[in-house]
Formats: sequence, C-alpha cells, structure tokens
Amino acid sequence: MNEAKIRTEEMLLNMGPQHPSTHGVFRVVVRTDGELVLESESHIGYLHRCFEKCAEGNNYLQVVPYTDRMDYLCAMMNNWGYAAAVEKLAGIEVPERAEYIRVIVAELNRVASHLLAFGTYGLDIGAITPFLYAFRDRERILKIFEKLCGQRLNYSYVRVGGVTFDMTDEILADIEAFCDYFDPKIIDEYDNLLSYNGIFISRTANVGVIPAELAISYGVTGPSLRGSGVQRDLRRDAPYGIYDRLEFDVPVGSGEMGQLGDCWDRYMVRMREMRQSIRLVRQAVKDIPEGPFCDKKAYRAVKPKAGEVYKRVEGARGEVGFYIVSDGTNIPYRVKARAPSFCNISILDKLTSISNVMIADLVAIIGSLDIVLGEVDR
Amino acid sequence: MSEIENRNPDPLTKNVVFMSAIDDVINATRANSVWPLTFGLACCAIEMMATGAAKYDLDRFGSGPFRGTPRQSDLMIVAGTVTHKMAPRVKRLYDQMPEPKYVIAMGGCVIRGGPYVKHGYHVVKGVDLLIPVDVYIPGCPPRPEALLEGIFKVQKLMKREKILDRTRRTTKPEVYQPV
Amino acid sequence: MARLEIGQIIAVIKEKLPGAVVEEVLDGVDPFVVVKTEQWGETALLCRDDSRLGFDLLSCISGVDYPEREEGPEIEVIYHLDSMVNHHGLTIKVKLPRGDPRVASVEEIWRTADWHERETYDLVGVVFEGHHNLVRILCAEDWVGHPLRKDYEPPDSFHGIKNVIY
Repeated sequence: MNEAKIRTEEMLLNMGPQHPSTHGVFRVVVRTDGELVLESESHIGYLHRCFEKCAEGNNYLQVVPYTDRMDYLCAMMNNWGYAAAVEKLAGIEVPERAEYIRVIVAELNRVASHLLAFGTYGLDIGAITPFLYAFRDRERILKIFEKLCGQRLNYSYVRVGGVTFDMTDEILADIEAFCDYFDPKIIDEYDNLLSYNGIFISRTANVGVIPAELAISYGVTGPSLRGSGVQRDLRRDAPYGIYDRLEFDVPVGSGEMGQLGDCWDRYMVRMREMRQSIRLVRQAVKDIPEGPFCDKKAYRAVKPKAGEVYKRVEGARGEVGFYIVSDGTNIPYRVKARAPSFCNISILDKLTSISNVMIADLVAIIGSLDIVLGEVDR
Repeated sequence: MSEIENRNPDPLTKNVVFMSAIDDVINATRANSVWPLTFGLACCAIEMMATGAAKYDLDRFGSGPFRGTPRQSDLMIVAGTVTHKMAPRVKRLYDQMPEPKYVIAMGGCVIRGGPYVKHGYHVVKGVDLLIPVDVYIPGCPPRPEALLEGIFKVQKLMKREKILDRTRRTTKPEVYQPV
Repeated sequence: MARLEIGQIIAVIKEKLPGAVVEEVLDGVDPFVVVKTEQWGETALLCRDDSRLGFDLLSCISGVDYPEREEGPEIEVIYHLDSMVNHHGLTIKVKLPRGDPRVASVEEIWRTADWHERETYDLVGVVFEGHHNLVRILCAEDWVGHPLRKDYEPPDSFHGIKNVIY
C-alpha cells in the first residue's frame, strides 16, 4: 500500500498521574505522530503538600519532620540542609562527632537512594530482576538506620545542633560489615546485571541527550548534570561539614556508550557515585572522634536573630537549597526549599522538542532524571 | 431458620441454603489472589514497593501482580497523601474498578491528613471523604509488616462475601461525612 | 576564572549599570543587594553575560510577603545566582508594592526561571511580565487565592470536599 495514501492523524495522549512508570504522580500530555513524540507538556502539583505553609506554623525544631517528607528517599540530606541553614542563621556550632555521623548517614542514604533509582530504572525499561537485587541491599541499609534511629524511611535524625541519637560501636561495626559486603562483589554484580546489557544499552544510549549549556540554563544539578560532563559537586566546590577533610572522586559522564549526556551516562554516574560514597563512609568511620553528638542547649530553644540565609547541600538528586527568613521569634517567617527534581524535570518538555523521542524513550528519560515527586511539588 | 435468613438478605432467594457452600469456595479462591492497583502517591509507596520486594515478599500471599489498570484489580491501596488536585482522579479510578472492590488507606495522611492536618490547605484530610475505605493502616510510613496485616484483614473481609450480594450493598462502609 | 568578593561583584554592577543598585546589605549572615525593579531585566542580562560575573546558574526564586513594613506593605522577590566558572554567588532582591506586584520575567535569560516564576505567581501572587505561560503550577487550576500570603484563609471546601481541621 502506498504510504502517501494512508491518512494519519496526530494523537493527544495523556500519561496520567496514575501510571506505573512515572515515579509518582506526574502527568505528561504528549502530542504524538504514531510512536514519535512531537510535543509534550508536563503537569505537576498532584502532591503539593504545602510544606512552606506548614513551616510557617511550627517552630524551627518542628519543621524537621516536614523536610524529611519532601524527598523521602534521601531524607537525611534534606534534614542536613535545613539544619545547616538554621545553624548558619543562628550561629550554632555543631560538635565534630556529629559532623562525622552526618557524613556517614548522608552517604549511606545516597547509596540507598541510588539503589532504588537503579532498581526502578530497570523496572521502567522492563527488567524486573535488578529491582529485587537492589531492594535486598537497600533493606540492609534500612536495617542499620532502624537500629540507629528507629525509622526506615523518614528519619528526622539530623537535627539543629547535631544528631538525635548517638552512634554506638555496634552500629559502627555493622556499617563496616556492610561496606565490606557491598563494595567489592555487589557493585560488579549490578554492572553485570544491567549496565552492560545489550538491550539496556540500546534503550538508553543516545536517548535524551542533554547538552551541558542547556542543562545549566535549566538549573539541572546533581548526577543529571554530571552525566553531561559538567564537573560540579557541592561537596567539593562549596564544602560543608567535614567534606574538605575527606578524599573522594566526582564521577562525570564521558559519552562511553553513545553521545555525551545521554541516559546511560546519567545512570552510570549514579553507579560510580555509589562506590565513592562507600569510600567516604569508610574514611568517616575510621576517623570518627569521641565527644558529644549534639549541642543540647541550642537544640532546646532555637531562636535566631532576624535575618535570612540560603544554604545549599548536595543531595542525591542535586542541589537542595533552603532559604530561611527569620523575624527573631522561634517560628520561621518564611522557609523556601529549592528542590533539585523540580528543576531537573523541567527539561523534559525541551528535550522532546529538540530530539526525536519515542514514547518508550520518554519513560527512559524520566527514569534517568530520577525524580521524586515529593520534592517536585513540596 | 433465622440464622439462614440473616446470612442471606436478598428476599428472592431467602430460603436457598446451598449457595453458602459455593460462597466459601469462591471466597477462598478470591482471598488468595487479591490483586492490588499500583496507586503509590508518596512516601508510603516506597514501603509498598518494599513489601512487594524480596524481604517482605507479598507474592507468597497471592498479591504479587500489581496491576497498572483499575479494571483488572480488586484492591486499591491508597498509599500517600491525596491532594485536592489529585482527588478527582482518585474518585475516577475507584469508579473504574469492578465490583466487589476493597480499599486500604495506608499511612497517616490518608487516614485524617497526617502531619498536614493543620496547615495543609491543598491536602484532602482523609481519603475516606472521597471513597469508602475498608482497612486503615496507621503509620508514617507503616512498616511492611503492617501492610501485610492490612492485606490479611482484606482477605478476611473477602471470606465473608456472598455471591448474591456482589456489589457489597450491606457490607461496604460509608464515605465519611464530617460534622 | 577568578573568584570575586561580594564588594567587587557589586562594583562591577555599579560600573556597568549606574543607579541600578538601590541598597546593599553586607553585614548579615548572607549579603544581598536590592535592585531597582525597572532595571531588573538589564541587571539580569549583565549578570549572566559579563565574563567577570558569569552567573550562569539561577538556583532559586523565592517570593516573600511582608504586609507590615514601615515603608508600606511589600512583596520581595529574591533571586539566588551562582557561577559555575567563577565559583562565587550573589543574592539579588527586588521589592514590589503588595497591591500590584509586577516585575520583568527572566525566563529568556535563565530557562529555569520558567517554572520558578510560575510557582511564585501561584503561591505569592507576583505577576511576571513577559512570561509566555503564567498559570498555576502547584495548586489546582481553579484554586482561588495565593496561599503563601500572610492573610490567606483556606477555603472551607473545594469541589464538595470539606477542608476539615481536626
């Protein structure tokens, strides 16, 4: 049949808020010509839980559980960002043991978050086995966290002035055992399972290429930016805590399997970052000093002087920023959270217009940007 | 005699006794394969995924296949906060499920608003303002074992179904009307 | 590239655009500059394009409502800029009258401002002139009111669902 005689029409397809592979309640309306996506429009806000209004109604310590639930996969880093912002504003000194503990839990949380990103990315592409392997190891980390602070997911562990509970020697031994278990064998196992699989490479290489200038203009940060070859990591460029005393590399994408900045690069940056996180945890566990784990006096009554501060930390998905305005009372006047996934996902509409994206590639791109809707919508 | 009447409220078939054995067989098969709908909205969805993963394996109780479409599922686990923007979609998905259907409200947010109860202007304070809920699982987020317990309760509810009352007219809870 | 101190950054802005900087607060925890509202567009372009400044990353746009100020009720819009090449940062504020908060949009300069400005419009009510699609992004499309204003009253019910505060 002559192709010119077939009448085709464009279709408006709704990848609705409830969808197995949108990583939460995210809606994309796509205009397609067959399988090819011509234009896409993202809609967010289905999980807008009014974090900023809740922060204006509770005092500085009561806001900490709300920061967990923003990016619930790396809750420790959100807590740390908020606590660091309040400490900078109020001039509170954090004891050194608490800084080492913060690094340990934040890096373990980064590993747990990247494991989940790896597992669900496999699920989006169609591979179910990596999901089970990822969750097996994630459960080990969650068991350590549960021993430490009693919660598996929304920890509220890093508080203003330090941390909530002390890290006992038993937990430190558990963490060392986990590092020994995870480091040599397991990461190579994941590379064997998914990273160099032919089908995975053909689904993700050369798909969703983000050029570096476009990424910076759209405010993309974190592994999604490093996948495009940009050397930017807040732990190294604007160090907070004790990161300036620790040694680690910052992996960036190199266009190994396809063009620089494709989905495979972003995925591989996450896998390599897990190795660096384990390296950081080992260093921190070796050098952790004795001492208090919290500035108890500051922890009781946080009342910063009037002023404002913006503090940024490197979360698992990018730059987590907190802009806090204080009016001298113990209730914040305004808390604005800068969420990395909010900026990362805004690039999706541009990508569909500058390159040829199929509907299946749309799923691969959303998975490689690794968004969490809790922080997109706050 | 009255006990048989109580078990069978439908007046047309009031004195038919042999239906009760078929009820038991069908309920046993239904209870051992409760297929949930993937409806993870927020943090509780991660615990739902952990329940489906290898350590707290949900598949051994028959609830392994999470269906992507409501037309093929008989359980909706509302895991995560429901907002006003999402509320019409929740109602639509619930209406699209075939009878008899069950709803589990997982987590503090869907029970009565959770931590957002006082200042959350955009949060629906409890999903039972929209749809009838059978089982409530408190927690923030509830542990995977708690979700398993909730699914066992749904299985127990299923074992009390009657095929003459397929739409659960007598047993379905009501949508909450706050005073 | 060279890292400049906050005083030098402000000096560069004053040299190229005299009169744009209205106020500078350098002794707080975080120093910031207040820029004239009418010249914000030019200032933003200068910040991105001047090689000594090189602010290529717009981290965050926030809107804060100050209904009780001595000068009159105001809304501030705060822009946090960062430079990847020079490793320095800048906080720029624009002060708007609360009755009619309008400011030029910078979405052509930094593409990330697109969604950030929509969010500030949704939650605080600032109108960004020149934005191609200024509609609500986080709250429901037919939501009424700007929730992060200090005098906001949440509605009693929305499309039949009661907003109960237990």
